[in-house]
Amino acid sequence: PSITLISAPEASMDSRLANTWRPTVNEKKFIETALASNLRIDDYNRKPIEYRQLTINFGRQLVQPYRERPNEGTMSIFTEFSPMADPSFELGSPGEAAIELGRMIDRGLRGSRAVDMESLCVLAGKLVWAIRIDLHILDNGGNLIDAANVAALAALLTFRRPECSLGGENGQEVVVHPPEVKDPLPLIVHHLPIAVTFGFFSTENTMVLDPTHSEEAVMAGRMTVTVNASGGICAIQKAGGVGVPQREIMRCLRLASQRAGLITKTIKDAVEVFNKERASRKIKRHSTSVAATVSVEDGITSLREGPHRQEKSNSNAEQTSEDSDSDVVTMQEKLSSEDVKPPTLLTDLAEPEEQQTSRVKKTTKDAVKSKKARTRGERRRAPT
Amino acid sequence: MEFVNPEGLRLDGRRPMEMRQLRAEIGAVARADGSAVFEMGNTKVIAAVYGPREVQNKSQQSNDQALVRCEYTMANFSTGDRKRKPKGDRRSTEISLVIRQTMEACILTHLMPRSQIDIYVQVLQADGGTRSACINAATLALADAGIPMRDLVTSCSSGYLNSTPLLDLNYLEDSAGGPDVTVGFLPKLDRVTLLQMDAKLPVDIVENVMQLAIEGCKAIATYIREVLLENTKQLEYRRGL
Repeated sequence: PSITLISAPEASMDSRLANTWRPTVNEKKFIETALASNLRIDDYNRKPIEYRQLTINFGRQLVQPYRERPNEGTMSIFTEFSPMADPSFELGSPGEAAIELGRMIDRGLRGSRAVDMESLCVLAGKLVWAIRIDLHILDNGGNLIDAANVAALAALLTFRRPECSLGGENGQEVVVHPPEVKDPLPLIVHHLPIAVTFGFFSTENTMVLDPTHSEEAVMAGRMTVTVNASGGICAIQKAGGVGVPQREIMRCLRLASQRAGLITKTIKDAVEVFNKERASRKIKRHSTSVAATVSVEDGITSLREGPHRQEKSNSNAEQTSEDSDSDVVTMQEKLSSEDVKPPTLLTDLAEPEEQQTSRVKKTTKDAVKSKKARTRGERRRAPT
Repeated sequence: MEFVNPEGLRLDGRRPMEMRQLRAEIGAVARADGSAVFEMGNTKVIAAVYGPREVQNKSQQSNDQALVRCEYTMANFSTGDRKRKPKGDRRSTEISLVIRQTMEACILTHLMPRSQIDIYVQVLQADGGTRSACINAATLALADAGIPMRDLVTSCSSGYLNSTPLLDLNYLEDSAGGPDVTVGFLPKLDRVTLLQMDAKLPVDIVENVMQLAIEGCKAIATYIREVLLENTKQLEYRRGL
């Protein structure tokens, strides 16, 4: 005899917190009983059919390294949950879920030392590359952590940073070569930590892999295991929720290791396809650019840029179809092992290029606001 | 750096399977409905519980269960260097979320609909294992407030350095860059409610390290039960029973 919760977000649009979508009791019972009889709304052990996208935008600049790690680059992860993805997300400062997501991916990547940070060092103790990963959630179909993790890995694998060399009078000047002069370098990624999420329910011993949005609303506990293909567990996060016996947890860990191999392969295949396309595009590229010189004097970093570049960058902020420091990777998530669609490419048609410009513009603006000095090579794309 | 020397002693002279000294005190904050101070070695944490009381933000009210809120803060003076922002940074938000979900799972919230339970945890001295100490302190504070729970939640951390599983890491061992496993455990029900791990480990070693942490949790549970029993005796004595 419990009260039916009305899931009608329109009715309570005015009170912000009531926007959190709660399933009706009937829906809840349906899902729970279905699970008890081993059925699922969509297939077990498969990524949900719903189309989910994550956009990763990349920014990087030369910064001063952390004091205690003068030889390593830095990596920071920012998440943005836009209400477009889910009405319960709010604009503005990230909520708990966004922070938890960011920290989990951060732990998976940083703690397991997936990316080689020392290769990002330019001048020990003075200048290192800082990588910034921006995760924008476009559509929430449940299990954001796994999807965000895959997207972050794909972006890291396809990212290219400009090559720079030391020069100048006393060997302290760093010249960043724009991509036309010298090919940009990929990041050194040692291994791929894959996040696999399990959902636990209050009925005894019910566990699902990769919960959907509806299941997430009903489930009583969740555990995310970040594991790489060679079976090393990089991170585990089970933040409270229903208690689970230890042997269940070990079972989940082993299941996760198996899944990781599959997902790693999918990512690698997709990345390879993307890289091939990118290589073939390079030939068409037409460029004007000015190298930017960065010099370090007494620890103060000043950026001397070619005089005309400054105005160009302002006026071209709208027109440049791809900012050189952002790689947009759109990945459609479908984990049926046979067909993996390649990621939508940037310059295939004129139409998507416009859409993509506006997306890039948004994040570029954000990035510009928070950055002090930037090195940028400019690339102007030949119209296709 | 050597964290376990050839004789098998750690940096502070403990054995690998030895936990730090525990100390708990109930009723430290007189104004709160329930409160406790919990110390694990040099880590000192104070928890205060207010509730069940009326929900302050009516839109968050739930008709069939109590609302549990938790706030984790670190005092400015708790760490070696003075901290700038004690709360609101990402780590504190995450830990607040984690503690809230851990306690929520064991509080019988359906017995207190339309009400709110606030848990405030503050770290006074941080020397590794603050998360665990906070959960232990919160359990004691909730018990002191008389809030019905399924079971006591105890928590302990463990790690793996110099190829040895170590129980209850202090700050130096924690910041060594090795794996750090925090487990929240329900001793009577024999269930794991909180599990966090970072840094790479193969699966079978994870099992060992997790098992060690669970043993630590069981030991803490025994201690907490003693403390609660002693506290009840004191209350009886003061009431002249």
